[in-house]
Amino acid sequence: MQIPYTKRTLSNGLDVIVHEDHQLPMVAVNLWYHVGSKNERPGRTGFAHLFEHLMFEGSEHHNHGYFAPLQRAGGLVNGSTSTDRTNYWEVVPTGSLELALWMESDRMGYLLPALTEEKFSNQRDVVLNERRQTYENRPYGMAGMALSAAMFAPDHPYSWPTIGAPDDLRAASLNDVHAFFTTFYHPANASLALAGDLEAEQAFDLAEQFFGDLTPGPVPDLVRADAALATSANLVLEDRVELPRLYLGWHSPAQFADGDAALDVAADVLAHGKTSRLYKRLVYDRRIATDVSAYQHSREMGGVFQMSCTAAAGVSLSELEAAIRAAVTELATGGPTPAEMERALAQTEAGFLYRLQTIGGFGGKSDQLNAYNTYLGDPGYFDRDRQRYESVTADAVAAAARRWLQDAPLVALSVVPRGRRDLALPGATEVHVS
Amino acid sequence: MSAVDRSRLPIPGPDRAFRFPRIAKRTLPNGLELRAVTHSAVPVISMVLLVPGGSSADPIDRHGLVSLTAGLLDEGSRGQSALEVADRVARIGGDLDLEVGADAVVVALTTLDRFVEPGLALVHEIVSAPNLLADDFNRIRNHRLERLRQMKDHAGAMAERAFARALYDSHPYGHLGMGTIATLTASTLDETRLLHAALFAPQGATLVLVGDRPAEELLDSAAATFGDWRATTSTLVLDRGAALATPPAMPLTKLGVVSRPGAAQSELRIGHVCAPRATPDYHALLMLNTILGGQFVSRINLNLREDKGYTYGVRTGFDLRRGIGPFVMQTSVGTEVTVPAIREALTEIRDIASTRPATEDELALGFATISKGYPRGFETATQVARSVAQLALHELPDSYFEEFIPRLSQVTQADVSRVAAKYLDLDKMTTVIVGDVEKFAESLPDLGLGPHQVLTPEI
Repeated sequence: MQIPYTKRTLSNGLDVIVHEDHQLPMVAVNLWYHVGSKNERPGRTGFAHLFEHLMFEGSEHHNHGYFAPLQRAGGLVNGSTSTDRTNYWEVVPTGSLELALWMESDRMGYLLPALTEEKFSNQRDVVLNERRQTYENRPYGMAGMALSAAMFAPDHPYSWPTIGAPDDLRAASLNDVHAFFTTFYHPANASLALAGDLEAEQAFDLAEQFFGDLTPGPVPDLVRADAALATSANLVLEDRVELPRLYLGWHSPAQFADGDAALDVAADVLAHGKTSRLYKRLVYDRRIATDVSAYQHSREMGGVFQMSCTAAAGVSLSELEAAIRAAVTELATGGPTPAEMERALAQTEAGFLYRLQTIGGFGGKSDQLNAYNTYLGDPGYFDRDRQRYESVTADAVAAAARRWLQDAPLVALSVVPRGRRDLALPGATEVHVS
Repeated sequence: MSAVDRSRLPIPGPDRAFRFPRIAKRTLPNGLELRAVTHSAVPVISMVLLVPGGSSADPIDRHGLVSLTAGLLDEGSRGQSALEVADRVARIGGDLDLEVGADAVVVALTTLDRFVEPGLALVHEIVSAPNLLADDFNRIRNHRLERLRQMKDHAGAMAERAFARALYDSHPYGHLGMGTIATLTASTLDETRLLHAALFAPQGATLVLVGDRPAEELLDSAAATFGDWRATTSTLVLDRGAALATPPAMPLTKLGVVSRPGAAQSELRIGHVCAPRATPDYHALLMLNTILGGQFVSRINLNLREDKGYTYGVRTGFDLRRGIGPFVMQTSVGTEVTVPAIREALTEIRDIASTRPATEDELALGFATISKGYPRGFETATQVARSVAQLALHELPDSYFEEFIPRLSQVTQADVSRVAAKYLDLDKMTTVIVGDVEKFAESLPDLGLGPHQVLTPEI
């Protein structure tokens, strides 16, 4: 299984990756900047995400909204920001490839002359509304922030959320924003993937034509920060919720590192789908939980293995915690069964195959080529990534569960209905998230 | 290499031709309609079984029964337990979805090409021979009851409920698929058995297969598996056409508020009942919607988000169904701007139907957006299978995809003005707010919608 590609690096440092797929008369343009909230600093959080908004508000040579020309061309347009990277993409009819490249290159090279105080303050309001809608006004919406803040020291970039703190957003000045853009948004810190109905040579020519004369900046240093928990923590957060939910978080390997794939399998075995051990025990047989989940959230600087479990009415979180810990211990001791390994393998194979179905958008082939290129310098890592999962053994899963989960400190966070701190794990300390 | 001309945007080149899926058909002796499309991209197969009669077919005093019954399909079948069924899905790398819409139940399975036979067998089994045992029934009903209890904390879910009721009252579209705590509690295992027997029958259902195989071969495989599917008799008389009844002409309330003290935002729904999917005005309504609020650069989003910064985003839609579906605008806005946001939204809706009709430029933009992006909806096997299933649900011709763009191109400015005037009517419009009403109650009268009603949607 492969995503066939050709890669060249322009003289200004921009990586260009091309993948041909002529099934639809469409082309995916996908641009990654290797900047995310991890590149921010305390007191000035939320910039990378705020930029994701500002990048659609116009550039020097097209000082209008970016959506109109692309939607007029029948394009689909979006972007997203994580702790580690920001991506921008268009899927356009073949005949509009130049339009998309013109626009992406103009905002890479010429954004700041068009960035006014007015646009800035409007998009800051939009982001504050996004924050309310996505986090503050949702049941359990603030749990992720509370957990991150507890897992990482305040100066560790993974301690703050990508959306940023409201006070930081309000305090941000246009000067701060200019400096951030100049440091991170340039050819030498970006990767461009073009996939779909195009010819490789023509695609490279166009990339050179539109991006070749943009000035690079210095390649930013990779952010490095250590993270570890000295001891376990036990926290409680009150929220507008009906049922108490327990979150558990452990530090875990970074993406692609040793143990990362094994912990993915561990998460599947523990809590993915009805056949998983904890679903079967807690939701299906004993019926003390309404849901349970586990996932290995691996990122560039490190991972977090996160579990959550919602209590059925009248069930204590302590009971859930004990059951989860028992399941972790069993997995660390005995590893997955052959049947569990076989199932995990089948799902892995299917998952990789499904990832080949779309050229663009979040998770499409162009996005994957850029992910592998940005993090590993190798767009062709797709099949090795698959092999990384295929080669996971039951022993490796047990070993990873022992090292990263069973024997390691963790953060436990009880999210309980307002005024019901008595429903938290005993001895929990109250946290506030704003 | 020549320098880029940055004085103007490049003009898009011509569109390349695109061949829309060719649909092979067969009707089985048991009445099941088969559809197949060859889609040669990735060795993945998508199967979609559409059974007409979704939550709108719920018995009047058993809202949620269709959804509950559908939810039991993969909780054990032909003597195998729920876990054994789940294990079979996992072993073929399958992705199984059970969805209950207003008009139909959809069972969708995506799996690898080499598992087409076990995949078909699985879908056949869960649909035709679910166990429907007491223990599974109690477990699943309890999950649903707990989910319902959690819903009152979800502003969006509360808004959906209050809005549907305000528009449709006791019409089959007036309740949501999950039902309520009271109706679920009253439901019995026997009722799910009767409903299953009445609803899940080959006659009227359509099975769509899309994958990297000759279409005839796909039809053969489907016929071999589903040929023995027999309808069973049921004493429950199910009205699959209940939703075709005319909904109330006027909404129950013009301005309803669901109180949510301390809410970080106000969740809004604005709309009224509108038209069925079969309306000849369908293409004109699509154009109208694209201009008004159907995409980022639509009037309402540019006003509320890009100009005012009131919201993260706002969208409108004509949710057209077999019966008369609603027009709805939905968004979430800052509490302090609740009233101005509603005023702006209502003004935009009023103006496009009166003083500021769609312009030629907006029409051109709307047409380009929809038509040029159209082939994108046929990229994956699952997308194709779902599109073909929609044709079956709405009894649209096989030539529908081919004819879509030509039909759309015939929509004129006058058509858009006409449908705006015909289908958007402020006098019939309902506005539902879920938010911290104390903070904006004083200025609600400024909207001129009369006194607000406090709504407590039944959960």
